[in-house]
Amino acid sequence: MSAIKQVFNEAVERVKSPTPVRLRDLVRNIRAARTAAEERAVVNKECAYIRSTFKEEDSIWRCRNLAKLLYIHMLGYPAHFGQLECLKLIASPRFTDKRIGYLGAMLLLDERTDVHLLITNSLKNDLNSSVQFIVGLALCTLGAIASPEMSRDLAPEVEKLLKSSNAYIKKKAALCAFRIISKVPDLMEIFIPATRSLLSEKNHGVLITGVILVTEMCEKSPDTLQHFKRTGGKVGSDDMVLVPNLVRILKNLIMSGYSPEHDVSGVSDPFLQVKILRLLRLLGHNDAESSEAMNDILAQVATNTEQSKNVGYSILYETVMTIMHIQSESGLRVLAINILGRFLLKDDKNIRYVALNTLLKCVHHDNYAVQRHRGTILECLKDPDISIRRRAMELCFALLNASNIRSMVKELLTFLEAADPDFKGPCSSNIVLAAEKYAPDKQWLINTLLRVLGAAGNNIRDDVIAITIQLISENSDHQMYVVKNLWLAMSNYSEQEPLVQVSLWCFGEYAENVLAPSDDTQEQVTEEELLTFYQRILFGQYSIATKEYALNSLMKLSARCSLTNINKVKELMSSFACHMHIELQQRGVEFSQLFRFHDHLRGPLFEKIPILEKSTSSTRETSSPVTEKASEEVSLPIQIESNALLDLMGGMETGHEDIVLPKPKATIPTINSKPMNNDIMDLLGGLGSAPEEPPQSSLIEDFALITNSQPLGKISGITAFSKDSLSIHFNFERSPEKPNILSIKMTATNEGPIPMTDFLFQAAVPKTFQLEMLNPSGNVIPPSNSDVAQLKMRIKVSYKVNNEDVMHQAEVNHFPPASWQ
Amino acid sequence: MHFMLLFSRQGKIRLQKWYVAVLDKVKKKIMRELTTIILTRQSKMCSFIEWKDLKIVYKRYASLHFCCAIDPDENELMYLEVIHRYVELLDRYFESVCELDIIFNFEKAYFILDELIMGGEIQETSKIGIIRSIEAQDELQQAETPQGFFEDYGLG
Repeated sequence: MSAIKQVFNEAVERVKSPTPVRLRDLVRNIRAARTAAEERAVVNKECAYIRSTFKEEDSIWRCRNLAKLLYIHMLGYPAHFGQLECLKLIASPRFTDKRIGYLGAMLLLDERTDVHLLITNSLKNDLNSSVQFIVGLALCTLGAIASPEMSRDLAPEVEKLLKSSNAYIKKKAALCAFRIISKVPDLMEIFIPATRSLLSEKNHGVLITGVILVTEMCEKSPDTLQHFKRTGGKVGSDDMVLVPNLVRILKNLIMSGYSPEHDVSGVSDPFLQVKILRLLRLLGHNDAESSEAMNDILAQVATNTEQSKNVGYSILYETVMTIMHIQSESGLRVLAINILGRFLLKDDKNIRYVALNTLLKCVHHDNYAVQRHRGTILECLKDPDISIRRRAMELCFALLNASNIRSMVKELLTFLEAADPDFKGPCSSNIVLAAEKYAPDKQWLINTLLRVLGAAGNNIRDDVIAITIQLISENSDHQMYVVKNLWLAMSNYSEQEPLVQVSLWCFGEYAENVLAPSDDTQEQVTEEELLTFYQRILFGQYSIATKEYALNSLMKLSARCSLTNINKVKELMSSFACHMHIELQQRGVEFSQLFRFHDHLRGPLFEKIPILEKSTSSTRETSSPVTEKASEEVSLPIQIESNALLDLMGGMETGHEDIVLPKPKATIPTINSKPMNNDIMDLLGGLGSAPEEPPQSSLIEDFALITNSQPLGKISGITAFSKDSLSIHFNFERSPEKPNILSIKMTATNEGPIPMTDFLFQAAVPKTFQLEMLNPSGNVIPPSNSDVAQLKMRIKVSYKVNNEDVMHQAEVNHFPPASWQ
Repeated sequence: MHFMLLFSRQGKIRLQKWYVAVLDKVKKKIMRELTTIILTRQSKMCSFIEWKDLKIVYKRYASLHFCCAIDPDENELMYLEVIHRYVELLDRYFESVCELDIIFNFEKAYFILDELIMGGEIQETSKIGIIRSIEAQDELQQAETPQGFFEDYGLG
């Protein structure tokens, strides 16, 4: 009886509710599930049901079932069995089915599955439908999932729709074409003719999609870019070129009154404005004529845009980026940077972030303009947001120069002390490099280095240690000061390994200074303290590298100073002879051997290291794209000559790395790289007039100074140096074709009776200049009034015309006798 | 735009629209990573994240996070406006929208998004224009469905 009742009830149920579960009920059921397992059960049951219904031929509920499947798919469950269903729905004549079918296609299919090929037919039919919304759906789906093959098949249809008079269809067709072109750039030609009319439409939708399409075409193919610049958007009988056309549209947007349809917080159609500005940027880049045409409108947008909301800022941001990328006049650039400066003062951190980012991109070009906002940028170092801090830090490094180095480094050191560990590495490296470059005096430099080492802790990069040590070794007068300070620091900061390593090295090298009596009120360091310190390092929780430093420096110490406690040192050494780590063990053993058998060698072995050679700056990070240093391949000579050159530079900024030896440079193509030959004088580049002082014999050396400054008129020569019967005279010349290059002829004159031999001229310039030294005429300056042979000169000139190298060689024999007698 | 995601405060995806072709596995991974990153950001931080080789622009509206991934050289501030425009449209359509509306009517959220953005770019800047298109399409759906056949609007 009960079984019959059950069967009866089930039948009644089936008749009563034949329709599948409604979407919202499914959603409710899933949300009601309290555990993941429950949810999975509900989902699986429904999936099974859906799968079974899909087998049916014709189902009016298919759209509902697919909708449920899509919901399940969004939760993360697999739903690939629904792909064929999408096709069936798309083929159905009902709009409801098509809508869901196309949505399913966009969610479940993409260009890599095979199923979508079957859609192509349906798409073709729908693209030709008379219902605009169906056409719209088809275009949308084509834009989303088109594969290259589908694009090729359906491009003609899309092109036809692009010419439709229906704005709704036209705009969608434009974006569909945009996607097709990104997938298959070859198809671009098909769409170019149609784009011309797009830009003369009144409808904003068509306008913006037209601009987007043209932008993509110009980005993808420079030829098309040229084409658009020339012929642009022809409108009927008018021959309007693209740039003026866009300028006109933009002007109308700004000047026209309130249009409620496109208005966003008082700005009319910001999306369209931004897109147009973007296209203008592309058109004006590297094109003086187009940039000229845009100057006015850019200035107008920059000044008229409402600046209280994000909308206004986004337009201004786009304007600034455009100004920076085209060849705008300098007034406009300054305006742009000032806008960015104002951004920095806003409370909204998005705006500040964007401003810092953009300033970073243009700081090298417009360094001077950005300097004005230095204070605000320093403030941003303290912002709670980490990306803003990072940007501000990078910007500070780009802004460092000799005049602001002290104040900036002060702020940067405070920042470094409080910074996150990720920042400490790059920050410290950059501070050290900049400090090295622009240091006003040695004392400050050393103080800064010590502070950096103290602040950066263990996150410092290895090159900083090397640089510090190298600098300390160079500056002998400050070594006592350094060593004393390091000893003090050791009592506070002895957990920081890089500082410990530097200190250990210094204690070893300058052992005399450590134990020497100090002249201020500090107490003298006793041997006991020193040895205790070493013991602490050697047996403490320090890295192997630090301990290596410690062992080495202990040996040096023992060799240089006569320690009363030499036995303790010997003990320490021998205790390391059985250390687990091979490096330390080796040192322990070898040093103990030294003590035991070769005691007399200890002194000479551990003598002072000569001043360390500076390695070439291959690890340099400071971004200065203006300078291509040929000097990076040149290593400095050690000892006296470099010091002499430092003296030579004297009050100028000490840019060691700018020192260029007069060797041939293979990197610079304009210079002929022949070795210097005393017999033949190879004179290249801007030859000036012959030397003026006949009775004195002189060496002529040309070098070209490439500067960033504005071209001046004729510059009078100067006497650069005059001492000890040697005088050096500079003559300046600037060729009108290359106003950026200043040609300096160096004439060295020997006024005395004795010839000067092995004459070597070196020059260094600040980082903002580039210096190319050409070959000197010789390295012997004969004394004045000696008999000279007839002055003959062989000259070789090389330059580039239209990117082609041209070279001339000639012999000049006809100097007037008065010039060389 | 590379993709747009909507997710709740618990990290559940409410809408995902991809404008680039990536594998399902990769999609899931990206969504997991991004939801974690964005949910752990504090409110004081700025709305832009540099992630892999993309820029992520995100904004929170009530309990939903809206997130777009764009190319590094795009205008981030404008995409904030795009997100805002989308939210305004949803608000207009659903009359004071809340997260539940988007959960139960996700297909409509997709339809509205497809009217605003196509292929990753904006296709219509007029709010009223989009609303009119959506309403017309809904009308079309309504018209072809005899009354009472579906208990409510077509899909239920």
